Amino acid sequence: MTVRVRVIPCLDVANGRVVKGVNFVDLADAGDPVEQARLYDSMGADELCFLDITASHEDRGTILDIVKRTAEVCFMPVTVGGGVRSAEDARALLLAGADKVAVNSAAVARPEVVADIADRFGSQCVVASVDARRVAEGRWEIFTHGGRRATGIDALEHAARLAQLGAGELLVTSMDGDGTKQGYDLALTRAIADAVSVPVIASGGVGTLDHLVEGVREGHASAVLAASIFHFGQHTIAEAHAALSEAGIAVRHPVTSQPN
Amino acid sequence: MSIALIDYGAGNLHSVHNALIKAGARDVVLAADGEVVRRAERIVLPGVGAFRACRDGLYSLPGVVEAMGEAVQARGVPFLGICVGMQLLADEGEEFGSHDGLGWVPGSVCRIEPADANIKVPHMGWNDVTPATPHPLIVPGEAYFLHSYHFAATDPAHVLATTDHGGPIVAAVGRDTIVGVQYHPEKSQSYGLSFLSRFLEWRP
Repeated sequence: MTVRVRVIPCLDVANGRVVKGVNFVDLADAGDPVEQARLYDSMGADELCFLDITASHEDRGTILDIVKRTAEVCFMPVTVGGGVRSAEDARALLLAGADKVAVNSAAVARPEVVADIADRFGSQCVVASVDARRVAEGRWEIFTHGGRRATGIDALEHAARLAQLGAGELLVTSMDGDGTKQGYDLALTRAIADAVSVPVIASGGVGTLDHLVEGVREGHASAVLAASIFHFGQHTIAEAHAALSEAGIAVRHPVTSQPN
Repeated sequence: MSIALIDYGAGNLHSVHNALIKAGARDVVLAADGEVVRRAERIVLPGVGAFRACRDGLYSLPGVVEAMGEAVQARGVPFLGICVGMQLLADEGEEFGSHDGLGWVPGSVCRIEPADANIKVPHMGWNDVTPATPHPLIVPGEAYFLHSYHFAATDPAHVLATTDHGGPIVAAVGRDTIVGVQYHPEKSQSYGLSFLSRFLEWRP
């Protein structure tokens, strides 16, 4: 066997609470982040992702406290993104208990921040976000501010540059697909996954388990991220693993337990 | 029973601490000087990131490397290295130039260079732990790996377990009272916590 495809539930956090936006705008509260993290840990999630979606304009202490409390009760890898602008921001999250930090807008304005973090803490802990919208057939552009602001930067070039600067992994999110439940942008995911040597996480738009399978089989992703299909009880992590496994994709068989 | 968790600023220090407590450890002491290590009955060396940065961090702690060596060699204290903490057991690491390791388990640490371009590096995610040599701590299962460099052991007898990522990769090494694991038990849910429990109860 080889390394397993990872199923990653993503918790969007604002003001210390889990929210899930439809296209990042219409927010609906779905609970306490630490409790949700513990639940996913007990369900056998392969990793967990926290995205602090209001981090750019709110107090950083809230997410650090959530990460610290999560690390005390969860024994799976945790990635934290949102508002990471410098190696110092990354350091604070890593010391609080994050295993990886996702760098988003800051890496658009100043891609070297990826190298700053990788040089100090290792490539393995740097996830670089690639938030893109399709602007023409076979062409995608980087968008910031939750998909509202165009940058004119070509997504494939940006992705290759981030990998070259030392990102250990790329989180590729289709801002067109996010919240729509219509599935990943497979062409985008595949174009990036085939162009870089680091793993790619497919993100944005999952509405069914088939979408997870497509993300790997057609998008060539090493990991699949989803939010609402898990948060609202539509599917369990075990069902996601089973769907991938039935499609011939190597997944692990976690021993699940009750939350403790 | 006191467990010295070597504190040289490794990123996974607190996660390992949390996991040791969860696995049943009662007396975990963060150790940043030789005196604490000398009193320890078990030693855990964490580590993530680059070999050289971890090596420099470890060697900057006063008396710690000497005290670890004495504890392991003269007192037979059980020792666990995790990820880069495992790689530091080697003679040398080749990340950002060549740098000496502890030299407790003969071998070197080299970049993973898969022949198949579809194999992604870093090796990131859950993968098999396949026992290679019978050892009370190592059982088959799935653990979380996160690394771009791997341990190339000189003596196959020191390889306790392997995994597969575009070819065999050493998952655990050991000799005498020393064990090093490439995977992260602190991030491997029940598999990792039971591994740590076995280490806490190990009487080599």
